[in-house]
Amino acid sequence: MAAKEPDLIKLLLHKFSQETKFMGVKAGNEYYLEVSKEALPEVSSYLVKHLRASLATMIGNDERSISGSFRLYYYFAVEYEEIFIVLTSAINPVEPAFPSITPLVPSAQWYEREAQDMFGLRPVGHPDPRRLVLHHDWPQGTHPLRKDFNLDSLEKLPSSDYPFGEIDGTGPFYVPVGPIHAGIIEPGHFRFSVAGETILNLEARLFYTHRGVEKLAEGGTLEAGLKLAERVCGTCAFSHSVSFCQAIERAANAQIPERALFVRTILLEMERLYNHIGDVGNICAGVGLALGTSHGNRIKEAILQLNEDLTGSRFLRGINTMGGLKKDISDQQLAALKTKLEQLADDFNDLAEILLEHDSLIQRLKGTGRLSLVAVEDLGVVGPSARASGCIKDWRKVFPHGVYGQLEFEVAGETSGDVLARLKVRVNEVKTSFDLIFQLVSQIPAGAIVQPVGELVPYQAALGWSESARGNNLHWVMIGPGNNIFRYRIRSASYCNWPAVPLAVQGNIIPDFPLINKSFELCYACTDR
Amino acid sequence: MLGILMKSWRVGIVTKTQQTKNRNFGRSWHIRHVDCGSCNGCDWEMNALLNPIYDLQQYGLDFVASPRHADILMVTGSVTKHLQVALKKTFDATPAPKLVIALGDCASNGGIFKDSYATLGGVDKVIPVSIKIPGCPPSPQEILDVLLAQLQKKVV
Repeated sequence: MAAKEPDLIKLLLHKFSQETKFMGVKAGNEYYLEVSKEALPEVSSYLVKHLRASLATMIGNDERSISGSFRLYYYFAVEYEEIFIVLTSAINPVEPAFPSITPLVPSAQWYEREAQDMFGLRPVGHPDPRRLVLHHDWPQGTHPLRKDFNLDSLEKLPSSDYPFGEIDGTGPFYVPVGPIHAGIIEPGHFRFSVAGETILNLEARLFYTHRGVEKLAEGGTLEAGLKLAERVCGTCAFSHSVSFCQAIERAANAQIPERALFVRTILLEMERLYNHIGDVGNICAGVGLALGTSHGNRIKEAILQLNEDLTGSRFLRGINTMGGLKKDISDQQLAALKTKLEQLADDFNDLAEILLEHDSLIQRLKGTGRLSLVAVEDLGVVGPSARASGCIKDWRKVFPHGVYGQLEFEVAGETSGDVLARLKVRVNEVKTSFDLIFQLVSQIPAGAIVQPVGELVPYQAALGWSESARGNNLHWVMIGPGNNIFRYRIRSASYCNWPAVPLAVQGNIIPDFPLINKSFELCYACTDR
Repeated sequence: MLGILMKSWRVGIVTKTQQTKNRNFGRSWHIRHVDCGSCNGCDWEMNALLNPIYDLQQYGLDFVASPRHADILMVTGSVTKHLQVALKKTFDATPAPKLVIALGDCASNGGIFKDSYATLGGVDKVIPVSIKIPGCPPSPQEILDVLLAQLQKKVV
């Protein structure tokens, strides 16, 4: 966290002296640059290509009641400096359009489509301007995140067709799957174009579980926002609650008690553990290896029961609050946790050994569902899915939160980018997580568990994040008058990764699709909100 | 022979309706899961019923891949506008006699999402619901207790 502008910012301001203006630092490391909207593509491209920044999230906001215009915030993470460069532009309501940066920065594709759906801000030159969040049957001009959006004007919607892309030729045929799938799984529609069994193309249509979480949070209290944060998703519930709390705490420049940070870190690792172990089991389910599925689910169940012992909730809901924790976890509970986890770690190591030496499993996993490093970097893929393709970034190291900055651990990575690589990354991360929890339990200090956060100044905003089991998720909160929420933007890891799944699937056979999908194990609910 | 044919031509109804009153289905419930916009918490707890700890199949219950094979629909989520048609179609495709179980707070009454522009606020806004299991999410043990109680069996 620099006290004055880092050299990077000076360089940017010098190069783009006409188009940009430095607006100051927020929350210690968010460097705001006001950019004229016409210059957005050029400056964004420079950041990505020359300064090796990556687009972390983009937020659209209806600030007409504050300044008379809409506003876009493009958050670029500069990992090697641990800072964010925020390009922000005002969009005049008279001309609700802006030049799309997607042709130059492909990872912006969904953010800009979402700004179009939610605010009616048209990304000019976007290669795929179809509706994303709202399906095609919503009336034209429906923009739910505008402040003057009228809830009552909507009635029941008829079903209608989505303009899926087409494949030329008489050989290929379509296989539509979903939204209701054969197993116990979340809803999404997949349209395969296949020639025989080989997948030529996949188009995924998501946002079936769009519940309007961000709109629900607006005008509500911070506590209500936290409840929503925890219910965006079940399996990422704790990391979402950490991200939300951290956004508020950074906006308030709050000091969180050390013990609370330790407990948060332990619980983040517990969430990572049950997710990864369950995913290992699910990958086995994708090939019908019941041994792996049963043991994976057995160990996962043991961890969910431990979660309940520690916090009262299997999904770790209801323990976080702004400024720390709602209740403490005693040292005796932590000692008991360590003992049980030691046994589960042994169990898991045995299982991993069996699986990684199991020929018929390896044959199915090796070479299946390859995702290239180029695709990962261009699309901004995060988490184990990125690390398995050689993009070794982990926000526990890059933007340390909790007490990760004090802990010793290696980041897992592979290069082959196939299902086997994604399995191996998870196996290694499980081993690391067990070890991290043991370190944390032995080092946790005594002390307070909460330091209440004071009331915030209206229109203050900050970013909060955490590395969930699927990758980093980023929450951006702008406070309104009365310490309520003015705008809440949730960008989960799955949001970044879904666009990459169709690329991993190309050239594979359709029966391998469930396996490839399970190797990413993305949340639909996290993405759709 | 003709009798059974006549019965099956009346789409989907091939058994007597008494079964529905007993809620028994021969004590072998085949359940189809329908996610109508849940956060996936309830879905994962439903999944957990199949793990070696809860082992739903030992009681004669199971999950099936198609509504055509189902006696029971177990629905999660507050019913988003994007999924209401899929829910209706799934219900219509399930042969009678059938029951609908709304699993979790969202399915029961819309839960925390009931006042959203994007949701309808509970499964009973779209299809008739016989049993509601509250919770956010209800644990596998709680779900099992309800299912087994309905089957007139108790877990010892």
